[in-house]
Amino acid sequence: MGSSEVILSVKGLTASINGTPILKGVDLEVKAGEIHAIMGRNGSGKSTLSKVLAGHPAYEVTGGEVLFHGEDLLELEPEERARKGVFLAFQYPLEIPGVSNLDFLRASYNARRKEQGLEEVDAFDFDDVVEEKLDVVKMDAAFLNRSVNEGFSGGEKKRNEILQMALLEPSLGILDETDSGLDIDALRTVSEGVNQVANENNAMVLITHYQRLLDYIKPGFVHVMYDGRIIKTGGKELALELEEKGYDWIDEKLAAGVA
Amino acid sequence: METVNLTSNSLSPEMQSNSDRVEKQSPAEKRAACLQQLLEISKTDGVAALSELQAHAAALASELAIPSTRDEDWRFTDLSKIVAAQFVAADGKASVSTDAIAGFVLPEARSSRIVFVDGVYNPELSDLSAADNVTVGNSDALATVSKHVAQLPGSEEVFTTLNTATFADVAVVHVAKKAIAETPLHLLFVSTGSNRISQPRCMVVAEASSQVSLIEDYVSLGSAQGGDGSGFSNAVTEIVVEANAQVEHSLIQREAMGSFHIGKTSVIQAQDSRYTNIAVQIGAALSRHNVETHHQGTQVETNLYGLALVAGEQLADTHSNIQYNHPHCQSDQLYKAIATDKGRSVFSGRVGVPKLAQQTSAAQLNRNLLLSNKARVDTKPQLEIIADDVKCSHGATVSQLEDDQVFYLQSRGIDRDSAQHLLIEAFAAEILLKLPVASLRETLTATVTQRTESAI
Ligand SMILES: Nc1ncnc2c1ncn2[C@@H]1O[C@H](COP(=O)(O)OP(=O)(O)O)[C@@H](O)[C@H]1O
Ligand SMILES: [Mg+2]
Repeated sequence: MGSSEVILSVKGLTASINGTPILKGVDLEVKAGEIHAIMGRNGSGKSTLSKVLAGHPAYEVTGGEVLFHGEDLLELEPEERARKGVFLAFQYPLEIPGVSNLDFLRASYNARRKEQGLEEVDAFDFDDVVEEKLDVVKMDAAFLNRSVNEGFSGGEKKRNEILQMALLEPSLGILDETDSGLDIDALRTVSEGVNQVANENNAMVLITHYQRLLDYIKPGFVHVMYDGRIIKTGGKELALELEEKGYDWIDEKLAAGVA
Repeated sequence: METVNLTSNSLSPEMQSNSDRVEKQSPAEKRAACLQQLLEISKTDGVAALSELQAHAAALASELAIPSTRDEDWRFTDLSKIVAAQFVAADGKASVSTDAIAGFVLPEARSSRIVFVDGVYNPELSDLSAADNVTVGNSDALATVSKHVAQLPGSEEVFTTLNTATFADVAVVHVAKKAIAETPLHLLFVSTGSNRISQPRCMVVAEASSQVSLIEDYVSLGSAQGGDGSGFSNAVTEIVVEANAQVEHSLIQREAMGSFHIGKTSVIQAQDSRYTNIAVQIGAALSRHNVETHHQGTQVETNLYGLALVAGEQLADTHSNIQYNHPHCQSDQLYKAIATDKGRSVFSGRVGVPKLAQQTSAAQLNRNLLLSNKARVDTKPQLEIIADDVKCSHGATVSQLEDDQVFYLQSRGIDRDSAQHLLIEAFAAEILLKLPVASLRETLTATVTQRTESAI
């Protein structure tokens, strides 16, 4: 694993929103073939980190660097990041009334293909492409003809996110609480979808509250985020420890100055 | 429009003296004088079969004035630009070639098209060879429908009266009992510009259990065709929907950006009938659409939809009015507006449900997308509900493009500009997709995209 290509390298990343610092120096390195989990309390900055990586304009990066395949990611517009292979599955996927899910998926798919120097796919051929990917998340084709996420249940929105990921075949997938709000069947389906997309050439970063997701998707690295920083990194056993002892245990360690 | 170019021979001596007097008049006098002047300029030989009716309207009009913003119905729409402008008669003799209107021809209604130039029928530009199961024509085809002209409620309104007093011709659509007109009818009203005022008039009768789809379309000649972007169309359309008949009525107002458009759609519906109006207001410096329907039986269904797009310094005003009179009737209204630059949009929706109209179901929604902080929207629901066993709802929203939606699309590889266009198109699509012909949907979607470019 040591010789794998570094996909994402985050060093000392700090970011604010409306002048309030949220990220206070995040370090993270993710290599090809790896699956990482980031855990942490509500409000610890996990979604902020994912949005900063995806380029959300509301957050101001105040320091540090982010390299994606060795290139300065922070210089790029959100759409350029997406085309180059950064994919964020949103904690709260947006509803876009009036935009057909199918048209949206095709526009997105073609934007990524264009970047990769591949030929764009017409509406006719895209039907086949998307058909195949629907299987990955066991989604009904009927969802394609609806407006993007409009009126979708929480679980359907999350499936739609993973469907998009499966189509775009990103080099880095960041999944922000994709597991929350899912019943056990949906969790299994979505996890299997993620496992199908993950391979030795790409990397996944799972943001989650719960150990249960990690029963289905096995991370090699577990990070604990606390007040805008990653304060602890370990293997899978760290997730179990968190589950067992709760986050108070982190607080105590911090208080004792040993975390 | 404050500065107008008049050719000397189009300016009558009376107008000259009128404008000389303007300084000494009070605003109210000016508004009255303006209406009299419009009445004078617009005067035509009229339609022989309706001469009595037209003379009566002319007498009424001589007592009227252009409304001021103190008039509740015109509170948000200041007509002083109309008062200040100088218009000239549309003599209906302006020559318009087939090429000049080629861009407005709808492939889906290529041979079910009747064309009026400045309110007067032009047989050379019309092609009615595919208009089946329907009588379409001008005032020569009035026959039995003439009895309906200017009989609908609201015909005493000032601009309607002006039109009734002065129209030179009438577009007639008559669908006989049980007839089903398969092909959409395109009623194309061409304004030639050059500050001409025209009084387009339209009379539609859909007899019992008939069906028809109308596309009433107001356009101006482009500059390449001799249009100069000015003019004033004061249009009135009356529609009688008899028992169990269905009328789908698209109304497109895409006149030149320097022109004025005041339009009226007046409808009466007998029992079990369905009337749907899809109005798209994207042209004219100032436009007003009054749409009203009066129920004359039970189980009537009324659907009113609209999209207004205002850019630059345009103002588009829609006043809808549904008057219930019977139980078990329903209506659905969705009016949307996109306002950018310094554009202004006005919506007022009146729903009248008297005591006897129990079991009424009436929904009204007005949604506005503001793309600039200088744009403005005024919206006013007017629900007058006396009956107690009814389901009536209304709502109004004003929103902007949502940053999070734009970001979501960007995060999927769609660039920022395209994402914004996509969201604007999606907002418009909810109305535009209701239009019955694809060519119009596409043209108008492209217009929305192009006209909102400045906001992106
Ligand atoms: N738009 C915002 N405006 C102000 N504060 C915000 C905003 N978004 C997030 N925050 C704050 O940033 C902190 C981190 O939030 P977030 O990244 O959503 O945490 P997590 O995903 O770990 O629950 C929280 O204290 C939250 O209140
Ligand atoms: Mg979060």
